[in-house]
Amino acid sequence: MTAILELREVHRTHGKGEAAVHALRGVTIDVQAGELVAVMGPSGSGKSTLLNLAGGLDSPDSGEVLVEGRPLSSLSRKELAGLRRHSVGYVFQALNLVPSLTAAENVALPLELDGVSARKARPLAEAALAEVELSGYADRFPDEMSGGQQQRVAIARALVGQRRLVLADEPTGALDSQTGEAVLRLLRARVDAGAAAVLVTHEARHAGWADRVIFLRDGVIVDTSGPLARPEQLLEATA
Amino acid sequence: MSIRHGLLALLERGPRYGYQLRAEFEDSTGATWPLNIGQVYTTLNRLERDGLVHPLPENDGGQRPYEITDTGRTELALWFATPIARADRPRDELAIKLALALTTPGVDVAAVVQTQRTATMRALQEYTRLKRADADLPWRLVLDAMIFQSEAELRWLDHCETALVRFRPAPPAPLPVRDETPSTTRETQG
Repeated sequence: MTAILELREVHRTHGKGEAAVHALRGVTIDVQAGELVAVMGPSGSGKSTLLNLAGGLDSPDSGEVLVEGRPLSSLSRKELAGLRRHSVGYVFQALNLVPSLTAAENVALPLELDGVSARKARPLAEAALAEVELSGYADRFPDEMSGGQQQRVAIARALVGQRRLVLADEPTGALDSQTGEAVLRLLRARVDAGAAAVLVTHEARHAGWADRVIFLRDGVIVDTSGPLARPEQLLEATA
Repeated sequence: MSIRHGLLALLERGPRYGYQLRAEFEDSTGATWPLNIGQVYTTLNRLERDGLVHPLPENDGGQRPYEITDTGRTELALWFATPIARADRPRDELAIKLALALTTPGVDVAAVVQTQRTATMRALQEYTRLKRADADLPWRLVLDAMIFQSEAELRWLDHCETALVRFRPAPPAPLPVRDETPSTTRETQG
């Protein structure tokens, strides 16, 4: 197994003095290739901080974050930006689609920022849209699509190219349960194909798709729910 | 839910013998409710006694199929038409356990909540895994029921935890002292 994401004894405090909030206090996590890890916890438990650190959008006060074995602290700003563009895919609750760009252009954006020509990026974007069952929507603008379709465009953008790490913050947003489930199936499929993913959610039903669920409280991991050693016991229990 | 009504529902599809009933019962509940063959035959005997099924002649393999009677059909229709009453379900041991944990000295209630949360989450993960692996609709709906129940339990645990954070046990009140002396009573009240 290869750890795609590692957090080692990570501490992060926001603010100073009396107003300081200890968002993470000594968090250690490994996420392997082919593994989906969900993070649950009440508001203010450090979930979003964890995701921001994992994606190199924020840096820890102490401890180390490694993506594909590379310590983020050792990377220059340029290298970090490159890593964020080609190795890490993000799905946020706010979709952050560019309203003046079509679905395909939105999906191709990270590739183009990474230096891929528009002509080469287009078929990759179309393939990613097909993966989220949006073939035929490539030339639509966000406001010409439903909330669920926009969400899938955001997922396609996170998955385009061969991103090895997908970070998702409440990716099903306010979607109805069927559409939300479709989004999780997509995430799961990408993980089963070899990516590593971290899913921050407050929905237990969504966390159920994960291989491991980490419970955060006040910046500390209080428990982890891994696979059952003997799943058949569940069936016995309900008998 | 009783095995009785489950078997009647299966017999409504046509005559069946014991082993067939067991296999179909387990199929339709996604094997979440394993039956042993003894339970099936005991139930068939009771159904026969109550006039809800009657036995047919043995087939060449020596198996005796049963078929549903009109009384059986009426009973089955009634079962489908009647909602399950909350009171028919087993008492919720978890709710009782937490209520007792809260009032039993020396119990770490937050730990009780978290232990249960992890166990319920683990079950939810497993139900989801089974659902991913299987596309058969009846089985998926059975799993969905268990997923939603687990989710409800997790929400309730979150609710309990929030309530616990706000819960400040009252300082132990002194036991009332029966003292009839008027002056002492005034001092205590003052």
